[in-house]
Amino acid sequence: MRIIVPVKRVPDTASVRRIDATSRTVDRESSEAVLCPVNEYAIEEAMRIKERTDAHVTVLIAAPESGRGIVQKALAYGLDEAVFVTDPAIAGSDAIGTARVLAAALRHLEPWDLVLFGNQSTDARTSVVPAAVAELLGLPSITYARHLELADGSLVAHREHEEGWDVVSAPLPAIVSVVEAINEPRFPSFKGIIAAKSKPVVDLDLAGIGLEPGLVGHGAAAAELIDFSERPPKAAGTVVNDDGAGSSVGALVDWMAERKFV
Amino acid sequence: MMGEILVLVDHSDGAPRKSALQLLTAARSVADVTGDEVAAVWLGPGAAAAADTLGRHGAARVLAWDSADAKAFVTVPQVEALEQLIGARSSTLLLFASANHTKDVAARLAVRLGGGIITDATGLEVEGGRVVATKEVFGGDVITRARIAGDRAQIVGIAANAYPVEEPGTAAAPVETFSVTLSDAARSAPVTAVEKQASADRPDIAEAAIVVSGGRGLGKPEGFELLERLADLLGAGVGASRAATDAGWYPHRYQIGQTGRTVAPSLYLGAGISGAIQHRAGMQTSQHVVAINKDPEAPIFQIADFGVVGDLYEVVPRLIEALEARRG
Ligand SMILES: Cc1cc2nc3c(=O)[nH]c(=O)nc-3n(C[C@H](O)[C@H](O)[C@H](O)COP(=O)(O)OP(=O)(O)OC[C@H]3O[C@@H](n4cnc5c(N)ncnc54)[C@H](O)[C@@H]3O)c2cc1C
Ligand SMILES: Nc1ncnc2c1ncn2[C@@H]1O[C@H](COP(=O)(O)O)[C@@H](O)[C@H]1O
Repeated sequence: MRIIVPVKRVPDTASVRRIDATSRTVDRESSEAVLCPVNEYAIEEAMRIKERTDAHVTVLIAAPESGRGIVQKALAYGLDEAVFVTDPAIAGSDAIGTARVLAAALRHLEPWDLVLFGNQSTDARTSVVPAAVAELLGLPSITYARHLELADGSLVAHREHEEGWDVVSAPLPAIVSVVEAINEPRFPSFKGIIAAKSKPVVDLDLAGIGLEPGLVGHGAAAAELIDFSERPPKAAGTVVNDDGAGSSVGALVDWMAERKFV
Repeated sequence: MMGEILVLVDHSDGAPRKSALQLLTAARSVADVTGDEVAAVWLGPGAAAAADTLGRHGAARVLAWDSADAKAFVTVPQVEALEQLIGARSSTLLLFASANHTKDVAARLAVRLGGGIITDATGLEVEGGRVVATKEVFGGDVITRARIAGDRAQIVGIAANAYPVEEPGTAAAPVETFSVTLSDAARSAPVTAVEKQASADRPDIAEAAIVVSGGRGLGKPEGFELLERLADLLGAGVGASRAATDAGWYPHRYQIGQTGRTVAPSLYLGAGISGAIQHRAGMQTSQHVVAINKDPEAPIFQIADFGVVGDLYEVVPRLIEALEARRG
């Protein structure tokens, strides 16, 4: 069993995130870069399968050179190997461009049985990438998995939606994305952090994954940013202190009634 | 022939979701400028029964693929249906609601058509016959305007509650059925069961006009029973912070925030929620925010239009009493 976990480098949510006025993409330098927290659930799921089946797990990262720092962070969870795809031509890609890069890298890495994405990323939050990769590879997209079982060349997953979930099955190889409900991620152990330093890291560029540079990057992006602005700060609201016996409730109900909420 | 804007209708138990009716409003706002017509696309059985609702909410016609295959396999049958439909009708704009599973359909379709995709738009304008979508990013801190370049197919997702439900029509829309040839690949991932957990009486958080939301400050899972009582009096949906879903007090699908869902109701009422940046990322574009928290320093008060500093177990039960009394 071979598993690939695509992991994204994102700006830390707790820092100020900006759009770079010149490149018109997320300004990745303005804030500390972290491994997308949603991917921790995919890494955890891969580690659990690895512990059960002795699977080999590769982490796949497409990022500019400045994103290399997360390679070690990802390996520290106990994964076997990292593939770092970087190329100046990737800059300015939209979600579909990113999907093209990941799909080409996955083709290059064949054979594998399972790809475990996060269901979204904390900066783009489009959730487009996993389904687009599956389409590019002609595979089913088993996204939003809150539960995953593997058996004999196939999988069963519970795909979360607004009303509950769908139980689905699919043959392997398959593209899966996971939601936070699927597990509780571990923290990297001290041993894992040390061991990460000696794990293999494979470097690839677009030529290495066999992708035409003209298909990705700013020039190929279908979604085009026209302009952007910062949300104006919100005016301070009314604050009342409750005396511990519901003295605030009258004012609250009046406030709600004025706005026709009751 | 006039151009056509296609609206992908998300439906459940035979009824279009509220989000689909909002999409029709969004589509009409574009059609009013471009002179196109608005067609609702219904994938799966049951279009005839929904034609009245769809017509009254502004669909000129319903294009229906009347086959259980639409939902019997994961995503791909819907993609192939839309691909074949768009090929036949040469539409250049498809609107979809930003729900989990429809996003997948849209993403795969964008790849197939060589089109572009924008998700979670909060507004649409028309420039040069093409759509310009407003979208809020970074938890609502930054507002962007984007378009799909060139003459590529425009596949645009609309955020919940970004447009109102309107009823400009009076009659049922005529239903035109179409057939779809599915590839073998479309049948490779069957849906073997559908587990519905949500309360049928309570609106979903993305669609609700009011959302009542609870956090760690509830202290125990039973706290949500109190919030559900409040919500039902207000016709509200019930959401939660990650602290509450992580603790297992409320299901994950109701988690609001950066790694949960985004809501933008008219009123968001948070009780026992501190308002961490990751939570605010999923709710700060709500029109009005009410916060009940015993810590006057809690960050949620920075974005609250009305804040109550107090113990939620003192305030919420009395709020429920007051609302019940008003009802008489
Ligand atoms: C990568 C990442 C992603 C995350 N994604 C999300 C997300 O999607 N959604 C999300 O919500 N969080 C998310 N978080 C977690 C977030 O950082 C906060 O930890 C979480 O939102 C806190 O939840 P809370 O407000 O319920 O709990 P706390 O921060 O513990 O706040 C509880 C509040 O309740 C108040 N309180 C206690 N008792 C009472 C009482 N009796 N009456 C009134 N008030 C009371 C306290 O004063 C306190 O302000 C994420 C974190 C990370 C790192
Ligand atoms: N540049 C990237 N490198 C590796 N994985 C990525 C990248 N971008 C997105 N992903 C994966 O796609 C998932 C969904 O991201 P998104 O579609 O951006 O919301 C993430 O959780 C990652 O697993």
